Amino acid sequence: MSAKLETLSENLQKHFGDKIKSLKLALGEVTIEVGAPDYLGLMIALRDEPDFRFEELIDLCGVDYSTYGDGAWVGGRYAVVVHLLSVSQNIRLRVRVFAEDESFPAVESVSAVWSTANWFEREAFDLYGIAFLGHDDLRRILTDYGFIGHPFRKDFPISGYVEMRYDPDQARVIYQPVTIEPRENTPRIVREDTYGGPVHG
Amino acid sequence: MADIRNFTLNFGPQHPAAHGVLRLVLELDGEVVQRADPHIGLLHRATEKLAETRTWVQSVPYMDRLDYVSMMCNEHAYCLATEKLLGIEVPERGKYIRTMFDEVTRILNHLLWIGCHALDVGAMTMALYTFREREDLMDVYEAVSGARMHAAYYRPGGVYRDLPDRMPQYQESTWTSAQKAKARNENRQGSLLDFLEDFTNRFPTYHSEYHTLLTDNRIWKQRLVNIGVVSPERALQMGFTGAMLRGSGIAWDLRKKQPYAAYDKVDFDVPVGVNGDSYDRYLVRMEEMLQSNRIIKQCIDWLRKNPGPVITDNHKVAPPPRENMKTNMEELIHHFKLFTEGIHVPPGEAYAAVEHPKGEFGIYFVSDGANKPYRMKIRAPGFVHLSGLDEMSRGHMIADVVTIIGSQDIVFGEIDR
Repeated sequence: MSAKLETLSENLQKHFGDKIKSLKLALGEVTIEVGAPDYLGLMIALRDEPDFRFEELIDLCGVDYSTYGDGAWVGGRYAVVVHLLSVSQNIRLRVRVFAEDESFPAVESVSAVWSTANWFEREAFDLYGIAFLGHDDLRRILTDYGFIGHPFRKDFPISGYVEMRYDPDQARVIYQPVTIEPRENTPRIVREDTYGGPVHG
Repeated sequence: MADIRNFTLNFGPQHPAAHGVLRLVLELDGEVVQRADPHIGLLHRATEKLAETRTWVQSVPYMDRLDYVSMMCNEHAYCLATEKLLGIEVPERGKYIRTMFDEVTRILNHLLWIGCHALDVGAMTMALYTFREREDLMDVYEAVSGARMHAAYYRPGGVYRDLPDRMPQYQESTWTSAQKAKARNENRQGSLLDFLEDFTNRFPTYHSEYHTLLTDNRIWKQRLVNIGVVSPERALQMGFTGAMLRGSGIAWDLRKKQPYAAYDKVDFDVPVGVNGDSYDRYLVRMEEMLQSNRIIKQCIDWLRKNPGPVITDNHKVAPPPRENMKTNMEELIHHFKLFTEGIHVPPGEAYAAVEHPKGEFGIYFVSDGANKPYRMKIRAPGFVHLSGLDEMSRGHMIADVVTIIGSQDIVFGEIDR
């Protein structure tokens, strides 16, 4: 398997050269990072070039890196991560592209390259507010009709902003500000580098 | 000249053939579907966001509630991805138990699918037959985890505990006479493996009953043959996996191609369709059940001969045995840290996928080294398959949409997440 991945990394270097910002081979998976302007062209090549032939787009999702490592993150905030699968060669590849503008994150759409991407991009748009340029049907998909905001962004609270209930006085369903108190049973902890050093065993 | 317009029909979200909460807006020309626009998200619970606020182990039960008819397979993908990040190995016996329960789950899933699919198409009896068999398998679930559906049995590092030595027994009650209880308990006298073996011996007979009821049934064939045809090229384009892809003639099975657990050590065949229609997908899934039966038998055989640990002995991941915790200071600290803080997973990212009964079910993790995942993405096969519904149902009659939904084997827990 690892020989296959090394061939894949070499092929990627050979074909795309400096279009690839970084190439990582870790945990038996190849990850490449590309710039937003090169993204679409590279994806088409990954599908069509005989060296790659990634016929299937397995997954596409948004990631919000703003609180990564409790503020240790440097780099773009919104990324789109795509998982590709080549059925003919039995290899996988992960492609990451960062949206350039944080106030209006936008990435080229690949829904014309793989039709699977259609719904996945709608989902990433819905949950992260990442716009996909060239997508012909960019509607919300998972959240409620008339939902405001992008719930998977790290600054969106886990309990949301509004709750829904039936109001007997008005005899209809209404929205109101959430009444539940936020709580955290197990705090989130990123251990310092020296944790569990020689003193603590 | 009268103005002729397309008719728009709202199918669901409360339609019995909508398999849960699918709202389908169908644009019809007479009775022919011009466009199908599924509106999903009515069951959206933001599982992925919830997982960001839970420790790594606390999210395992959420996995059961994704695809709630193939519970343990979901857990398996979650545990595989976590283990990949942690870089730990599961003991051999744990792997075999997982393989066995994945296949038990596959049969459970396919039984529910064939029952409901037939029910949608108009064959009432199938559901009664398949729920009879599901009962036995749910008892197996119950014996091993205490829950009939939402097991939470797999853990990062292995499985929660070893297989039990005895099966729960039926008791005499107002509804069950002593005689009846005795008859029901007859094959429950031995261990869980004995009970499961008895089931695997009985199952082929049951399976042939399904074939008798459906395979050559004239109505069944009229409803399924040539409905929802997908060519291999389109199946790849639309991202189909699992039986949906194999039905179109592509022999792709992660259990063979990228083996995990003990799949490289058991013997089984991968059935493949020819025409890519609903009938082929039906035949593929039917054959898969027999293959699963075969795998279960091999696992039972192996598990009988090879006792051993079922979960990793790395106590930074899995809790130490209770006995050691009481006598050993270090184990007590491990236990305390695990249950107050949870596992710490090294920073990085990983994607792990399993051959779920419905297709490729994958979990993608981004970790920043905390005791909770930074980002979890669930790659649900049903989500992708449903996105192909528009293309599959175009030009078909409205009644065929029900067949196509049934043939896609859709469960909303995983689509809406």
